[in-house]
Amino acid sequence: MQRQRKLGRGVAVVGAGMSKFGVYADKDSRDLLVEAYTEMLTSVDKGIDPEDIDAMWFGNFSNDFWVRQAHWGPIVADILGHAPRPVTRNEGACASSTLAFRDGVFAIASGFYDVVMVGGFEDMSKVSTESATEGLALALDLPYEGCVGFTFPGVFAATAVAYFAKYGANPDHLKNVTIKSHNNAPLNPKAQFPQTILDVMNSRIKRAKERGQPVPTWKNEWDYLHDTKANPMIAWPLQMFDCCPISDGASCILLCAEEIARNFTDNPLHVVGIGQGSGRPLHTKEDLTYFEANRQAAKEAYGMSGLTPKDIQFAEVHDCFSIAELIHTEDLGFFKPGEAYKAVAEGLTRRDGPMPINSSGGLKCKGHPVGATGTAQMYEIWKQLRGEAGPRQIPNKNLRIGATQNLGGTGGTCTFCIFERR
Amino acid sequence: MAERPISTMSYQQFLNEEKFMGSRCKKCGTLYSPPRPICLKCHSSENMEWAPLKGKGKLATFTSIFVGTPWMVSQGFDRNNPYVCGVVDLEEGVKIDARINGVDGRKPESIKLGTPLTVDFIHCGEGDKQQTIIGFKPV
Repeated sequence: MQRQRKLGRGVAVVGAGMSKFGVYADKDSRDLLVEAYTEMLTSVDKGIDPEDIDAMWFGNFSNDFWVRQAHWGPIVADILGHAPRPVTRNEGACASSTLAFRDGVFAIASGFYDVVMVGGFEDMSKVSTESATEGLALALDLPYEGCVGFTFPGVFAATAVAYFAKYGANPDHLKNVTIKSHNNAPLNPKAQFPQTILDVMNSRIKRAKERGQPVPTWKNEWDYLHDTKANPMIAWPLQMFDCCPISDGASCILLCAEEIARNFTDNPLHVVGIGQGSGRPLHTKEDLTYFEANRQAAKEAYGMSGLTPKDIQFAEVHDCFSIAELIHTEDLGFFKPGEAYKAVAEGLTRRDGPMPINSSGGLKCKGHPVGATGTAQMYEIWKQLRGEAGPRQIPNKNLRIGATQNLGGTGGTCTFCIFERR
Repeated sequence: MAERPISTMSYQQFLNEEKFMGSRCKKCGTLYSPPRPICLKCHSSENMEWAPLKGKGKLATFTSIFVGTPWMVSQGFDRNNPYVCGVVDLEEGVKIDARINGVDGRKPESIKLGTPLTVDFIHCGEGDKQQTIIGFKPV
């Protein structure tokens, strides 16, 4: 029998920072990392001497491919003035920085280190879209999925087709997810696309008028999203607005042993559950409508925390594609299998609903610099649980428990982390 | 056939000869597609043998890809000429990812799950770069 998972000693989050996500011609991941790190230092209520950080772990997926620079550990150590202390780079595709987070948690829980910084970064926009897509596709099982022509969006599209057939959903249910995320995004100053779908639509109408071009006749956001000229097909049934963008960015969070957390802040978050699972490629999945790795990660994290899905008050989940958000919220037990699309349609996952999902705007609007995403999700939990999320603050007055779910590849690596404010 | 190691490279060599192969554990009889060297049921790595697959099955799921990989684009596929790939439920009870030929990627709504399919090898490149891709088409 598997014993209950637990940490050797408790771990707390005492600081967090992230760069604005976006496409930068004039900044690379080194600059963005400095931006995130600087904010992280100022976020520590009682201050932190950088000399007190014992070690660092950073997630990065594919800068080797995109900007031809590997071996990022010592580079980060040098940039942040951390050398000769250790920095390690973790890779788990889009879940890289949650893997960095896990290693940081384990290092503190083991008693070896007391204060650790973890984070992630990615430079995706310095290459063509084709090359960015090719780099992402390296996370597929290439001899089998890749060689027959599957792309990243393609695998999620095939997942959506299976989900629709099993549960009776359709592409409009996916558009509900997109509209909801875009409604949160204008409230997030770090978001790459801080616009609602109506904002996007109206700015295109305005531009057409200014240029004397034929003025589009969209009446509302549904007209806009249904128009395959405005919202082109990528991999049927997924259109452009079902897919997260290509982004540059960095994020980091500061961890310490629970017993010294009050040296840094009177308002820390406690790491109460962490889980990770491995998934299989398409051809070996028993069921194409869920991610086995999610369920494993959830089992570990719920088991460690003693919590159930009902205890999670809000979550950031990995909406790399709209269909993924639906499946994650089912795999984590927030909704029953086949029910998430109805919950989104009913508004249950809105910021003011009973189970807010992706109050940050999600990967779709906030951006998805893949290696930075996991700890950027934790940055949102940090802001929300401390009541510092400004206009996008979730209105629940008793917000105490939030969670992040971060996926790598096409579900090959899934992670789930639960945080509590006490 | 037994002399070829159970590997991804051997699987590709067989495909190049228009042979669609899985592997089977001699000890417990479990069949695998694609082939794998270690049996997941009995964890044995010494009892795996090649097992020819009939190349018949049904469409389990699919997508029509409008923005393809650079390699697919070099083969002439683009937004106006999308290609279809999917997962095939094989008669033997295992699955394979495959290109789906003989269907209209521009009308994905017309493609039905459960469509009976038969293997349809796709030969790409020439000389040293010749490579066969696993494809299926409606029966």
